[in-house]
Amino acid sequence: MSQGVQIAGLYVRDQDEALAFYTERLGFRVHTDVRNGDFRWLTVQYPDQPLFQLGLFTPGPPMHDAATAQTLHAAVAKGAMPPLVLVVDDCRAAYERMCAQGVEFTQEPIDRYGTVDAGFRDPSGNGWKLIETRR
Amino acid sequence: MSEDLPIQDPRLLRRLLRAKDRMDAASHEDWPVQRLARVSQVSEAHFARSFKKAFGVPPHRYLLTRRIERATALLRDTDRSITEIALRTGWRSLGTFGRVFRDITGESPGAIRLRVRVMVHDIGEVPPCIRSAADRPDLRTAVSERRKRGESGIKRAVRGGQR
Repeated sequence: MSQGVQIAGLYVRDQDEALAFYTERLGFRVHTDVRNGDFRWLTVQYPDQPLFQLGLFTPGPPMHDAATAQTLHAAVAKGAMPPLVLVVDDCRAAYERMCAQGVEFTQEPIDRYGTVDAGFRDPSGNGWKLIETRR
Repeated sequence: MSEDLPIQDPRLLRRLLRAKDRMDAASHEDWPVQRLARVSQVSEAHFARSFKKAFGVPPHRYLLTRRIERATALLRDTDRSITEIALRTGWRSLGTFGRVFRDITGESPGAIRLRVRVMVHDIGEVPPCIRSAADRPDLRTAVSERRKRGESGIKRAVRGGQR
């Protein structure tokens, strides 16, 4: 594949906190972590998915003025950002593993629509669905 | 008035979201303000006001809305009696359930059961995730607007086809 989505990003309240969460608890690894003054370009990647990077960005200068950054921070903390989906081979096993890591689940695994799904949030408030791959 | 107040602290909002998530996960349970305030780690006095400012509705109203949404799904997807559905979704009396249900949806539980079942039959081929979205009250407006716009929609489709 030579065309398609390469990077999509999330807003997080703190990049160090988000980096620790996505790498240590969800199993992502760092793809790029570079700084220019206060600006930090940080992307992580799922090991099985080398063509896609998930950006972990903080609202603020130089991209946003203070009021805009504050609005974005509030939207993230209220869980108002778009839904995210992580697919796994075994939803219940992933749920057990992530619970043990201290991940904040909002919904326990449920069997429905021919698969199993659960829900969790990252520390900032971004909501993820954890969905088992359909066999 | 609320526009004049400063934006709420994101750390507080994140904790309020936790209370909202807990209601979503167990809307059939009782959620007195003291329980919600404890989840959010704020004082009872502050909780209801902060929640309403953050999410636009008071916590109790939010909970009722979620219960009605769940009851509507059970009315549509199961053959359980209306009394059983009322008890399962967190009401202690059928009377309160019926009254709040009519308040929020404008229809009685029995009437909505008949209507959504006809609708499900009509759109049986639509995937389940789309079908559940179709039950949200907002879509009724969207559908009628789409009908009004139907003619221009067809023209667009025809133009697209000629390209």
